[in-house]
Amino acid sequence: METESTNGTQVKLTAKDYASDQDVRWCPGCGDYSILAQVQRIMPSFNLTREKTVFVAGIGCSSRFPYYMNTYGFHGIHGRASSIASGLKMARPDLDVWVTSGDGDLLSIGGNHFIHTLRRNLDIVIMMFNNKIYGLTKGQYSPTSEHGKVTKSSPFGTLEEPFNPLTLALSSGGSFVARAMDRDAKHMQDTISKGHNHKGTAFIEIFQNCNIYNDGAHFLYTEKETKPDNTLFVENGKPLIFGEHKDKGIKLNGFRPEIINFNEDGNSINDVIVYDETSKELAMIVAQLSDFEGFPMPFGVLYKVNKPVYEEQMELQLEDSVKKLGKGSLEKLLFEGSTWEIK
Amino acid sequence: MEKTVEVLKSATIRFAGDSGDGMQIAGSRFTDTSAFFGNDLSTFPDFPAEIRAPAGTLFGVSGFQIQFASQDVFTPGDEPDVLIAMNPAALKVNLKDLKPSGTIIANEDAFIEKNLHLAGYESNPLEDGTLTAYKLIKVPITKATNNAVKELGLTAKDANRCKNFYALGLTYWLYDRPLDVTMHWLEDKFKKKPVIADANIRALKAGYYFGETAEIFTTRYKVKPANLPKGIYKNITGNHATALGILAASLKSGLPLFLGTYPITPASDILHDLSSYKNFGVKTFQAEDEIAAICAAIGASFGGSLAFTSTSGPGMALKSEAIGLAVMTELPLVIADIQRGGPSTGLPTKTEQADLFQAILGRNGECPVPVVAASSPADCFMMIFEAARLACKFMTPVIFLSDGYIANGAEPWRIPHESELPIIEGEYWTKKEGFHPYQRDEFLARPWVKPGTPGLEHRIGGLEKQHITGNVSYDPQNHEYMVKLRAEKVKNIENHIPLAEVEGDKEGELLIVGWGSTYGSITTARERLLAKGYNVSRLHLKYLNPFPKNLGEVLSKFNKVLIPELNLGQLRKIIRAEFLVDAIGMNKVQGLPFKASEIEKKVIEVLSGN
Repeated sequence: METESTNGTQVKLTAKDYASDQDVRWCPGCGDYSILAQVQRIMPSFNLTREKTVFVAGIGCSSRFPYYMNTYGFHGIHGRASSIASGLKMARPDLDVWVTSGDGDLLSIGGNHFIHTLRRNLDIVIMMFNNKIYGLTKGQYSPTSEHGKVTKSSPFGTLEEPFNPLTLALSSGGSFVARAMDRDAKHMQDTISKGHNHKGTAFIEIFQNCNIYNDGAHFLYTEKETKPDNTLFVENGKPLIFGEHKDKGIKLNGFRPEIINFNEDGNSINDVIVYDETSKELAMIVAQLSDFEGFPMPFGVLYKVNKPVYEEQMELQLEDSVKKLGKGSLEKLLFEGSTWEIK
Repeated sequence: MEKTVEVLKSATIRFAGDSGDGMQIAGSRFTDTSAFFGNDLSTFPDFPAEIRAPAGTLFGVSGFQIQFASQDVFTPGDEPDVLIAMNPAALKVNLKDLKPSGTIIANEDAFIEKNLHLAGYESNPLEDGTLTAYKLIKVPITKATNNAVKELGLTAKDANRCKNFYALGLTYWLYDRPLDVTMHWLEDKFKKKPVIADANIRALKAGYYFGETAEIFTTRYKVKPANLPKGIYKNITGNHATALGILAASLKSGLPLFLGTYPITPASDILHDLSSYKNFGVKTFQAEDEIAAICAAIGASFGGSLAFTSTSGPGMALKSEAIGLAVMTELPLVIADIQRGGPSTGLPTKTEQADLFQAILGRNGECPVPVVAASSPADCFMMIFEAARLACKFMTPVIFLSDGYIANGAEPWRIPHESELPIIEGEYWTKKEGFHPYQRDEFLARPWVKPGTPGLEHRIGGLEKQHITGNVSYDPQNHEYMVKLRAEKVKNIENHIPLAEVEGDKEGELLIVGWGSTYGSITTARERLLAKGYNVSRLHLKYLNPFPKNLGEVLSKFNKVLIPELNLGQLRKIIRAEFLVDAIGMNKVQGLPFKASEIEKKVIEVLSGN
C-alpha cells in the first residue's frame, strides 16, 4: 500500500489523496466521472508515490482527466498525447506514465501516433474513453461511430465504417489489449489494474456514455435487461460463456466462431473455447465477434503477452555502447578524426 | 617539357559528374587534403534530390566546389578556375559558372553520342571549337582508370567506379597536393575490401602521374598554407557542428540530451551524428512523423531533459502547433530548422533563407519564440549551444536557423577545448515551500520541475494559464496579461545577448545587414569593395528575435541600409516595420547562395544611386 509521510508519520493514501483541488467540470451524468472515481480508487494499490505518477492527455472531454488527478499531469494538443507520453517515458523510465484519450483524439487525429506507440511497446497505460462521438466539439461523428450514424456533421448518415479499436490495437502490435465499461465499476478497476501491472503498452478501451450527444450508445451492454445476452466477459483459462443463465458459449468451427446454446442439440460447455490471453489468433477472433450480427461484445483482457519494452531497450543500448566505446568524452570527440595544428 | 609553377593566393575548383560518379567523395577528399596542407577553405556540395538520377542527364549532375587559399576564405568561390567535367551533362550544367579562360578537364571517354544527346548537344563540344575561350584538357579518364586497375580483376562496374580518384589524382598534381592523406583514408575506409582500396589508390596515382608525364599541362599551381590563428583544426560541416554543439550544451548543462526527430533533407545528418553518441547518454528517437518528433521532445523536456528537435522547412510547418504548446507550457526546447528551398517540398537539396517569417511568426496566436541563426558551418556549433543556453535560462522554445548551404558545406574549425565552453545553467526547482507552477524569476522564467519531485505535483498544458497558479483560466484580463508577459519574457532576452557590432565605420553611407549563411559572400564582397576604395560597413545578425537592443541606433547612423537575403525580403520587412528604416533589398531565390560578385555589383549600384 502506498504511504506518504506527513509531519513525520506514514499515512496510507486513499482515493481522496488522488483528487486534485480543481473542480471537475464534466456534464452531470457523464461516464467520465465513473472512470475518474475508479482510477482514483485503485491508484493507492500500486505501491507508487503520487510524484512518480504522470497523466498525459490530448484534447477532448476525456483529456481534462489530468487536471483532476493530484499527480503530475500534462494536457497536450489534439491527438498527440501518446507522443508526449512516449517522449516522457523514454526520458524518464522511472515514472509511471498514463495516457487518457477519447476515440476521436486517439484514433482520428492521433491515429498515426496510436499505432506506432503500440508497435514500440513503451511501458505506459493508454485508456481510451469511447463514446463513439465528438463530445467537446459538440456532436460530430467519430472514427468509432457506426455506419450511417446521423450526427451534426452527417445529417444524412455517415458513409464510413467504424474502426474496431481492439483489432486495430492487436494488429498494431499491442501487447495488452482490453475493454471495460463505465457502468461496471468493479470490472473496470480490475481491468485497469491488470493493464497497469502489465509491462509494456496497455491499451484499454472503456465504453463511456456521453449523455448529451450520444446518450445510450452502449446501453445494450450496460443495462440489466440486455447486458447478459450481449456481452462476453473474457477471462484467461475460462470458457467463453455468456447469457443470462450462463448457457451460451462461443465455439470455433474452423476459423469461424459460432454461438452455441448448452440446452440445445447436445451442445455442452466442453465444446466452448477455453480462453488463452496469450493467443493473438484467439484475441483477433474474439475482438471481431461484435463486428458480426448476433454476437456479443467482448470485455476483459483479450490479449496479454510479454514483449521487449522500448525504453528498456533504449537504456540497454546506452549501457552497451558505454561498455563498447567507453563513457563518451566531449574533449576526445571534439578532437577526433582528421585534425591539424596551426602553430 | 619544362613545367612552370605559378603561386596563387587562392583557387576554386569544381568537380562535376553524374550523381553516381563519386563527385562528393572526390570533393571531400580534396577538402581534407587541402585542410591538412594548411589552407583555409570553404566548400559547396550541390547535388540533385534524386538518389541516382538517370546517368548522363542534366538533372542528374552532382557538383562539389571548393575554394582553398593561403588567406582567409569565406565562400566556396564565385567562379571555378578549374572545372572537372566527367560527362557532357556535367559540362553543360557547369560551364556557365566557369571563369573566363578557365580550365576544363573533361573525361573525353564519356563524350559519346548517347551522352551528348542526353545533354542536348548537337555536336561534340570537345571537338567543334565551341570551347576555344577556355583551356580545354581532354583526358581519357575512363580508359586510363580501367588500364590502371586491370590487373586486379575487378568487375567492369567496380573498375569504372574508380574514375573519380583518377580525376582527383590529376587535380592533386595540378595543385601540387600530397597523395598520402587520401591514400590513408582509402586504406581505412576499405579495410575490409583491400582490393577496392588498392584499385582506387592505383587510379589516384595514375591520375597524378598522368599530370606529371603528359605533355598537355604547362603550368602547375601552388597555394601556400594560410595564416590562421593558432590551434588544432578540423574540417567541419554545419550539420556536424550542430550535432556537436547541442551535445556540448547537454554536457555543459548537466541535462540529458533527447532528440525527437523525423528524417528530412538537409537536416538528417544531425540525427545520424547524434544517434551514434549513445555512449554520451544521448537518447535519439526517430518518430513516425514530425509532429510526434517534437511532441516527444516536449514530453522529454517536461521530464527534465535538454530537448531537441531537428527538421527543415516543411517539417517545421508541421511542428508549429507543438511549438505553441511549448510556448504555453514554457518548457525549454531547441528547434533546428535547416532551411531549404520552398514552399511545400520545394527544392529539397537546395538552399534558401525563406523560413525567417515562419520561425518568427508562423504560429497561431501571439506566440513569441526566440530565433538565432548560424553564419557559417563552424558557427553552427556556438549558435546551437547558444540556443540551448537561452532555452534553459528563459524556459522557452528557441529556434535555431541554419540552411542547406552551411549544413553541407565545410570549413576549417579551430576546435575549442571542453574547458573553454561556458557552463549552461539548467536547474530544476525542488523547493516545496511557496511553489507555484507559473511563478516567475527575475528573467520572467517559470520554475522547471521534474516529475518525481515530491510535493510539487502540478498540471500544465496548452490552455491559457492563470498567472502564478498555472490553473486553466479563461479570464479576459488574465489572458491579455499572460500574452504580454510571454512577449516581455522573450523581449527581455535582448539584455542577455551581445550588442550588434558593426564592422567598419560606425556611421556612413552604406551598411550591409545580413543574417545566416550569406555571411561569407557579404564578407568577401566587402573586402573587395574596400580594396577598390569603397567605404562600406557591415552588420551580421545572429540574433533575429529579439534583435540586439542597440540595433535601431546602429541602423540610424547610416544613410543607406542594404539587406541581401536568399528570400524576397523577409528580414528587410521586419527591419522596416520595427525601425522605420528605408532598407533596400537584395534578393535571390534560386536555391543557390549569393556570389560575392553579385553583392559587390549591387553595392556599387546602390552607392552610385542607381
